[in-house]
Amino acid sequence: MQEAAHTAHEAAIHTVTYLRWIPLLPLIGAVINGIGGYWIQKSAGKNVVGAIACAMPLLGFVLAVRAFLQLMGLDASERLLLDSVFPWIHVGNLAVDVAFQIDPLSSVMILIITGVGGLIHIYSTAYMHEEPAFWRFFAYLNLFTFAMLTLVMGDNLLLMFVGWEGVGLCSYALIGFWYSEWANASAGSKAFIVNRVGDFGFMCATFLLFWSLAEAGHPTLLFREIAQHAPLLENHVFWGMGTVTLITMLMFVGATGKSAQIPLYVWLPDAMAGPTPVSALIHAATMVTAGVYMIARLSVLFDMAPTTGAVIASVGAATAFFAATIGTTQFDIKKVLAYSTVSQLGFMFIAMGVGAYATGVFHLMTHAFFKACLFLGSGSVIHAMHHEQDMRKMGGLKKWMPYTYATYLLSTLAIAGIPPFSGFFSKDEILWKAFSSGHRIVWFVAVCAAAMTAFYMFRSVYMTFHGESRADEHTKHHLHESPLAMTIPLMVLAALATFSGFLNVPHALFGDARFDAWLAPVVQHGDHGAHGAHGGGHHVEVIEYVLMALSVAVAAAGIWVARAMYETGTMKPDRLVYAFGGKLYRTVYNKYYVDEAYDATVIAGTMGMTRVSAWFDTNIVDGIVNGSAWVVRMLSQLYGLFDHYVVDGAVNGVAVVTSVIGSRVRRLQTGHINAYLYVVVLAVVGMMVARIW
Amino acid sequence: MTEISLFPIVFYALAAVTVVSALGVAFSNNIFYSAIALMGTLLGAAGLYVMLAADFVAVVQIFVYVGGILVLTLFAINLTSRIGDVSISNRSLGRFPAFVALALSGGVMVRAIREASWNMVEVREAVPTINGIGNAFLTEYILPFELASLVLLAALVGAVVLSRKELRD
Amino acid sequence: MMEIGLTHFLVVGALVFLAGMFCVLTRRNAIGILMGVELILNSANINYLAFSRYSSMSYDGHLFAIFVIMLAAAEAAIGLAIVLGIYQTFHTIDVEATDTLRL
Repeated sequence: MQEAAHTAHEAAIHTVTYLRWIPLLPLIGAVINGIGGYWIQKSAGKNVVGAIACAMPLLGFVLAVRAFLQLMGLDASERLLLDSVFPWIHVGNLAVDVAFQIDPLSSVMILIITGVGGLIHIYSTAYMHEEPAFWRFFAYLNLFTFAMLTLVMGDNLLLMFVGWEGVGLCSYALIGFWYSEWANASAGSKAFIVNRVGDFGFMCATFLLFWSLAEAGHPTLLFREIAQHAPLLENHVFWGMGTVTLITMLMFVGATGKSAQIPLYVWLPDAMAGPTPVSALIHAATMVTAGVYMIARLSVLFDMAPTTGAVIASVGAATAFFAATIGTTQFDIKKVLAYSTVSQLGFMFIAMGVGAYATGVFHLMTHAFFKACLFLGSGSVIHAMHHEQDMRKMGGLKKWMPYTYATYLLSTLAIAGIPPFSGFFSKDEILWKAFSSGHRIVWFVAVCAAAMTAFYMFRSVYMTFHGESRADEHTKHHLHESPLAMTIPLMVLAALATFSGFLNVPHALFGDARFDAWLAPVVQHGDHGAHGAHGGGHHVEVIEYVLMALSVAVAAAGIWVARAMYETGTMKPDRLVYAFGGKLYRTVYNKYYVDEAYDATVIAGTMGMTRVSAWFDTNIVDGIVNGSAWVVRMLSQLYGLFDHYVVDGAVNGVAVVTSVIGSRVRRLQTGHINAYLYVVVLAVVGMMVARIW
Repeated sequence: MTEISLFPIVFYALAAVTVVSALGVAFSNNIFYSAIALMGTLLGAAGLYVMLAADFVAVVQIFVYVGGILVLTLFAINLTSRIGDVSISNRSLGRFPAFVALALSGGVMVRAIREASWNMVEVREAVPTINGIGNAFLTEYILPFELASLVLLAALVGAVVLSRKELRD
Repeated sequence: MMEIGLTHFLVVGALVFLAGMFCVLTRRNAIGILMGVELILNSANINYLAFSRYSSMSYDGHLFAIFVIMLAAAEAAIGLAIVLGIYQTFHTIDVEATDTLRL
C-alpha cells in the first residue's frame, strides 16, 4: 500500500541529496561548540567560536537559496524536492523515514530561518561578547536552528514533532540561559511546562489522524499522502464529533502553546528573560510561528473543518486585541515587543482561521523581518544602556544611536501598517480576507488591535528615542552606537521590512500577488464551500479600497495619539488613565491578572489536591489506625486487669505454654531474609510436588 | 559437516562456563570473586542465547546485564565495604538446610525434565530476530511495552529517592 | 556425542537456578543475595529462549526474556539503592544483623 502510494506520486517528486545538509550543518556546529566549545574558546578565542556558529546557518542559507531556485525552475504542480536520509520506523502498517522535503511553503520558511537566523547569529557575536559562556550560547543557538529546520523540512508528522519538541527544548535552555537567577530559570520552566500542554494536543491529534487514516485504509503520516487521502475522512466520526474537526482542534491546541495564543500565551512575555537575540530569533521570527506553519502545512485538513476555522479566527482576534491592550501599558521595552508579538501572531491566526493560508504565511514572513529588527534594535538599546530595559529611563537616544533609531523607526512603520512598508500589505490583506469571508466581528476587533499596535509601537519609539534623555549621568556618558556586527544585521532587516511587502502586492493595487501564487500549490485544495476566502476570481471591489483607507487611517490615528501623548505632550497619559478609571488601567497593566488567575486556579488546585490528600492521610487514615490501636490498648488493659486480679495463678501454666509457642511462631517474622526464602522455596517445591505426583 | 560437529562442542564449552561460574557465584567466599564469576555466567548465558538463535536477546543481555547491572553491583560492593572491613566478606550461613532445599527442588526439576512431554516443533533456520521482536513490541505487546517504560521510570525515581541521604532523614 | 536438544538447555538452566537458589539461601551479604536473584532470573531466561527455539513458532519467549532483563535492571537499581540505604542506617549489609524490621 505504501509502495503503491509512492509510485503514484513518483512523477512529481524530485529527489536531491543536498537538502539534508541544510539542517545538518547547524547540528554539526552545535556538536562542535557544544562539546569542544569550551576549549576552542579558551585556546582560540571567542571569534573562532562565533565564526563556526555563524558559518553554519549562512551555508544553510546558500543551500536554501539553491533549493529555492531549483524549485522556481519547476512546474508549479511539481514543486517538491525530497531527500530521504534513512528509513526510520517501519512497524506494522506505519512507515516513516527520516526524510526532508522542500516545497514552496517550506522554502519560504527555511529562507527565513537560515537568513534571519544567520543575521541574528552575527548580531549575537557582538551582543554576547562579554558573556563567559559564549560557546554554550552558540551551541544552543545552532541546535535551535537545526531543530527548527527539522520542524519545517520534515516530510512527515513524526519528524515535524521531533523538531517541534526540539525547538521547545532549545527555547527552554535559552530562556534560562542565565540560569543562576531564579526568575530566568523559572521563566524557562514556565515556557516548557505551558508548551507541554499544547504538545499533548499535538500528540493526540497525530494519533487520531493516523488511526482514522488507517481506518480509511491509508495509514500514513506523510504530509503529501495526508493531503492526498484527507478527503476519505470527510464523513468519519469519532465520539460523536467529526474526526477532522477533532483533529484540527487538537492541532490548534498544540499551536496555541507553541505560538502563544489565548489561553496558553502566558509563557511568551516571561520568555523575555532570555538574551535579546534569543527573543528575536525564537520568540519573534521562527519558533513561535511554528503553529502557523503547522496549520498551513495541514491546511487540507483545516479546510475540511469550518468550525475549527471559526474558533481559530476568534481566538486569533481575541489574542490580537488583548495582547495589544496589554502592550499599551507596559514600560519594559522588551515586554512591549513581546505582547506585540503575541498580538501579531493573533493576526496570523485570524488569516489561518478564515482560510487565507498564504496571507497568514506572508504576514509570518514580514513579521519575521520587522519584529526581528525591532528586537535586535531594542537589544542594541539595552546593550548601550547597560542592560536597562525600562523605557521611562531612556529617551532622546536618537542623538547617540542614529542607525539603531533609523532601523527601529522603519520597522515600527512596517508593523504599524503604513504604506508602502511591508506590514501594510500583509496586515491589510489579513483584514480584507477576514472581512470578505464574512467574519465581520473578527475584522472589527482586528482593526481595533491594529490601531493599538500603531499606538504602542510609536509610544515605544517616542519614549525610547525622542524627547529628553532620562538616563542618569553615568549611563549617558557611556552611550554609544553599537558595533557594525550589530548595526549591519539591523540595516539588512530594516531593508527587508521596508521592501518585502512588494512581493505580494494585491490585485486591487495593480500587483500580481506573486507570493500567494507561489504558495498556492501547497495551500489551495479545490473548493471546500464558502469557508475559504482564497481562490475566486481577481475581481476587485470598491469596499476593498475603503477598508484599506480605513486601516491606514486608524494606524495614523494611533500614531497621532502616541505623538500627542509622548512627543508633544498635548495629551497627558495620566489624564487618560484617570478618564478610563484607574481600575481598568491597573487591570490591563497587570496583564488582566491572568498569571494570578492561573496561580489561583490551576496551580492552587494542584497544591490544594495534595493538601487534601495529606489532610486525609493524617486525619482520617491515621485516625482509623490510631483509633484501632487505642481500642486494642484499652482491651488489653482490661485483659491485663482481669488477668492480674482474677486468674493470675491459674493461668500461669497456660501462659508459659503460650509464650513458648509464641516465641516459636515469632520466628516466622525474624527479619532474616534467608528464613523467608526458605519458606518460599519449600512452598514452591511443595506445590510442584503436588502438581507432578 | 563441521557445523554439526562444532555445535555440541561449543554448547558444552558455554554450558561449562555458565554452570561453573554460577557455582563460583554461589560458593566463593569473597564477594568480589562472586561478582566476577557472575560476569562469567552472564556471558556464558549470552553465548547460549546465541546458540538458541536469539541474537537480539543476547546483545541485550550483554548490554544490560554485563554493562549495567554488573557494574552497578560492583559499585555497590565498593560503596558498602570500607577497606579492611570484615563486611566485605561473603560468608554464608546454614549450608546444610540449604543443601536439603537444593536436593528437594533439584529432584523436582529432574523429574519434570525427564517426564514432561514438551510440545516440539521443527527447529527453524536461525534468522535475525530484531524485526519480529520490534513488530511484536509495537503491536501485540504494546501495552506491556509501555508499562515497562513506566516501571523503569518509577525504578529510576525510586532509586534516586532511596539513595539520597538528606531525603531519608 | 548426541544431538544437542531442548533437554540440554533445560539442564543448564536448572543448574544455574540451583546455584542461584543456594546463593540466595546461604548468603549473609545483601549484595550476594541480589546476585543470586540475578542467577535465578538468568536461568529462567535460558528456559524461555530454549522453549522459544524448540517448542514454539513465535517470538513470545524472546519478548518475555527481554521483559525479564528489563525488570532485572529495575530490580537491581532499586535493590542496590535499598542496600545502600540499609548500609547507611545499620553500617553493615549483613542480613543477619539487620533483623530489627525498623529504624
